[in-house]
Amino acid sequence: MEIPYTVEARPDTGLNNVKLGIWLFLASEVMLFGGLFSSYVLLRVGAVEWPQGAEFLNIPIGTVNTIILIASSVTMVMAYASLKLGDFAKYKTYMLATVLLPVLFLCIKGYEYWEKVSHDHLPSHSTFLAIYWTMTALHGIHIIGGIVVNGYFWGPGSKMWHIKREMFENRVEAAGLYWHFVDLVWIFLFPVLYLL
Amino acid sequence: MSGSAEEVRKHIATYKKVAGALGVFTIVTVLASYLNVPIPLGITIALVIALTKGSLVASFFMHLSEERSKAIIWTLGLTVVFWFVLMLLPLFTMSDHIGVHKTLPNANAATEHAEEAH
Repeated sequence: MEIPYTVEARPDTGLNNVKLGIWLFLASEVMLFGGLFSSYVLLRVGAVEWPQGAEFLNIPIGTVNTIILIASSVTMVMAYASLKLGDFAKYKTYMLATVLLPVLFLCIKGYEYWEKVSHDHLPSHSTFLAIYWTMTALHGIHIIGGIVVNGYFWGPGSKMWHIKREMFENRVEAAGLYWHFVDLVWIFLFPVLYLL
Repeated sequence: MSGSAEEVRKHIATYKKVAGALGVFTIVTVLASYLNVPIPLGITIALVIALTKGSLVASFFMHLSEERSKAIIWTLGLTVVFWFVLMLLPLFTMSDHIGVHKTLPNANAATEHAEEAH
């Protein structure tokens, strides 16, 4: 059975299902992270004292990780643009970078986590650390999800380019929208946790 | 993104500019955290920069600046409304505590380290 409206737009929404589906998913994600940011605000304004991020966190490492994620967002959008230009080889190169950069991000994050654990800076240590672990770990899970999806579109999934070109472009666009959202979350997490 | 190869190339030029701006804003965010300013102002500066960066990503990388679909605009509009409700509720309940601390925590870091050394 052919799944309808994967390429052509639905008459009622004016969108194909891929695009509408990913935006609805992202809306739910905004509320998920919004709930955590809201909890952060509640806990912080209600706290008698709040530690400075630098007491527990390494600002240069956080800055490097921010730049890495921004770079991966750039390579993602360049991969999509390459598909639109019909340059499959460039797409593969940019997509590979989009997969490897967040792997580097996770390695650095892993080092940060290891440092925290070795200093006994666990979630039970303080409210600040509890919210730091919760938010960065949830974000990390999203990063892993993005690596898996983008890795699939770089590897086995890319065969679709030769069979159903437009459908493949739509899928990469949806994966890209998700990936930019993950970058967007970090853009807010970084100053909130590390700098303020 | 839609259109001819020429339009896609124009988009690519925009992506490069946005990438540069995001890099610069990241550095500015870090430097701004060391400013000796009252906490509410420091938080405002950091969030304004983060909002600017977020808008750049959403507008150009996610192509929202050229999105004309009513379904997407309504979905995101409703999301923004509910997001603000989520963010404002705790602020309303705790508004009498906001701004208790006088300066950004990082602003005193250098002084504190110097005092510890003595």
